[in-house]
Amino acid sequence: MPTYRILDQAGRIVDPDCEPPNISTPDLLKLYKDMLTVSILDLIMFDAQRQGRISFYMVSAGEEGIAVGSASSLSPNDPIFAQYRETGIFQYRGFTPPDFMAQLFATRSDPGKGRNMPVHYGSREHNIHTISSPLATQIPQASGAAYAVKMQNARDPTGEQRVVACYFGEGAASEGDFHAALNIAATRACPVVFICRNNGFAISTPTLEQYRGDGIASRGVGYGIDTVRVDGNDILAVREVTRQARELALEDGGKPVLIEAMSYRVSHHSTSDDSFAYRAKVEVEDWKRRDNPITRLRKYLESKDLWDEAKEKDLRSETRKSILEAYRQAEKEKKPALRNMMEDVYEDLTEEQREQMESMRRTVERYPNEGVAPSSSQVRKVDVRIRARCLERQTTDSARPTPSPDRAEASNENSIHLPVCWDRTRQPVHHPELLAQNPIRLGGSSNFTDPRNTNG
Amino acid sequence: MFRKLQRCYGGVANSLPPRRGYASHPPNARLNIPTDYATTPLLHHSAKSSLANKELSEEARNGTTSRINLFQAVNAALSHALRSDQRVLLFGEDVAFGGVFRCSMNLATEFGDDRVFNTPLSEQGIMGFAIGAAMEGMRPVAEIQFADYVFPAFDQIVNEAAKCRYRAGHNADTMNCGGLVIRMPAGGVGHGGLYHTQSPESLFTHVPGMRVVVPRSPVQAKGLLLGAIASNDPVIFLEPKILYRAAVEHVPAEPYTLPLSTAEVLKEGKDVTIVSYGTPLYTCQSALAAAEKDLKCSVELIDLRTVYPWDRQTVMASVNKTGRCIVVHESAEVAATVQEGCFLRLEAPVQRVGGWSTHSGLAYEKFNIPDVVRVFDAIRTALDY
Repeated sequence: MPTYRILDQAGRIVDPDCEPPNISTPDLLKLYKDMLTVSILDLIMFDAQRQGRISFYMVSAGEEGIAVGSASSLSPNDPIFAQYRETGIFQYRGFTPPDFMAQLFATRSDPGKGRNMPVHYGSREHNIHTISSPLATQIPQASGAAYAVKMQNARDPTGEQRVVACYFGEGAASEGDFHAALNIAATRACPVVFICRNNGFAISTPTLEQYRGDGIASRGVGYGIDTVRVDGNDILAVREVTRQARELALEDGGKPVLIEAMSYRVSHHSTSDDSFAYRAKVEVEDWKRRDNPITRLRKYLESKDLWDEAKEKDLRSETRKSILEAYRQAEKEKKPALRNMMEDVYEDLTEEQREQMESMRRTVERYPNEGVAPSSSQVRKVDVRIRARCLERQTTDSARPTPSPDRAEASNENSIHLPVCWDRTRQPVHHPELLAQNPIRLGGSSNFTDPRNTNG
Repeated sequence: MFRKLQRCYGGVANSLPPRRGYASHPPNARLNIPTDYATTPLLHHSAKSSLANKELSEEARNGTTSRINLFQAVNAALSHALRSDQRVLLFGEDVAFGGVFRCSMNLATEFGDDRVFNTPLSEQGIMGFAIGAAMEGMRPVAEIQFADYVFPAFDQIVNEAAKCRYRAGHNADTMNCGGLVIRMPAGGVGHGGLYHTQSPESLFTHVPGMRVVVPRSPVQAKGLLLGAIASNDPVIFLEPKILYRAAVEHVPAEPYTLPLSTAEVLKEGKDVTIVSYGTPLYTCQSALAAAEKDLKCSVELIDLRTVYPWDRQTVMASVNKTGRCIVVHESAEVAATVQEGCFLRLEAPVQRVGGWSTHSGLAYEKFNIPDVVRVFDAIRTALDY
């Protein structure tokens, strides 16, 4: 299946005959600002984990465009089920630096009450269900949620017609849950947009060992689901594809749509992983240099005279300032109370839980110096090894000074200005017949690139 | 190390007070101090003590030792199994590059990617694949990356692996999945939150047909894992992930197996029996040392090693001697059996010290996982009853 794109790696419109993207300047700038904010937040918090200030972190590097671009085409009322590398949807829907920090530092302001590992955000206000670490569990839930939404749409035909959006990686698509989800969504005609971030890796496992055939997109076709593949580094293409997918999902009373967004996981899997144990550093550097969703959009904005170096500098400085301010506040903030350990298992505490809390209280009184009572430092953790790091890297990592946010960003800025070409080793073969079946009506045919022939 | 990094970091760090690290403990604590793995009597700090283990094979006892941690011991066992038996296979998510906890390091290189390989990301797929391979005569060692993620494989384990032999009837000897070993890292490390902390063994201890093993140390891990691979029953092998690096001891270099479903008395005592397994044994050891000093008592410590089917005779013999029993973990089964088998000898109710009836929330782990104070207090309660 070919890959849809609007901008090439240099930020130029691929098909001049095709209408330019229908997007207002403020909206365009919001896309850029949100991607940049996520990348700055990531740099700061990755370092914060390295210093032991938070227990864990996962960055979105290279995939900011997929989250922000797709979120921009959803209604704010569309429920979202996400995985864990979609910080951009929270940013787009209005998460502020204090919102992020409350969760990351597990403070008493965290709506999750300090129960989840960092980056497992969730928000009723923003209609995003809480992230859960087990992979793919959210996908059939999204089908079910979409069925609920379908019935609600039907009951209220004059009200806003909603869809459900569901994000996951290509690794998660190997789980049984993924297959069950697509099949049930297709048979029950659920208005759900499945968005697969194909970033090439599930921790260390490359796509070649994850699946065969024409990527995740071909699974959608197999289940009778309208499917499109998009260049995940092209935020305008992701936005356009999601916009049309959403429309399609609402046709005929509802149906599922699958989007496979091709990208590359520039970062390590998480702070507990060192990806240079299984992939060459030069491969990552090459990708960073060749393409990046943020710089691609920046080049487009500059070509339209909507952006320049001064604006860039101001935005970076403001963003960093507001994130660091929230960071400082969160570090000083109190931790959640100990009763939150027991509450919310059921709607009400059980008799057994009450007795256990009483037992805890007695122990605290009996052994006052033993730290069995909560303290403000109760959640500070150093050197997480969830999804553990490799041993031989550990010494070098510890010895290496962590770069300051400024320096880290500077090196990021330097990284980009060459055209991309899809990594052929992990790009599936071209099936032109699938294009003909593809009901999403996107731009001119030259917007679809055959990855084998794309050299920038 | 962390102070040094803070200095390298720009704006934020300088404005913050210095932090105490993860291993910190309350300044005036006497009981709740971190386990000192370098001195704990539960680990062999010399070759001599390691080789004195009577359960070792003659060959192992006459050999040498190497000082290694638990993931290296697992690696040594896997390496030996792959080398000595061509039926052994090793696979799971990210196994080829060494595994996220480094247990399979270098094994794909040494034994080839036909026998040591990555699977797609699907626990039910891994488990069904492993069961099928075992049913056709291989001895597959399947890794589930975290015990928290085993649940999609539950159907395969409970309805297939466990019942395979039974349903074959007359053909049970040739149609079973003996040799299947399901390895999974389990337990808390301090910051795993809801989905990197769980110890689901109690769920599997109600599944007849499966053996459930939890090693406490590198020596035990090597011998029990080789025992599990040699076993003709399917085995769930839970590796306490906090011990992967923390627990270091002299491990016999030669291969050896340790018996499944056999408990080990780690320390003899007269007044109270503590039954546990895996990581909490270190907590129990600290608590009993303090209790023996403060309360002038004598405590017996038993490591179940195989949680199911478990060594009832060793435990009942001990409780019939001491008259008091504390189970540090959630095994209701042990408490019920002791009540039944030692009723007339009991001086106090059997106590269970385990996690509370809640989930493993990130910020609350140290209040949920039993600490030295809770075990100490249980000993005190048992003696004062």
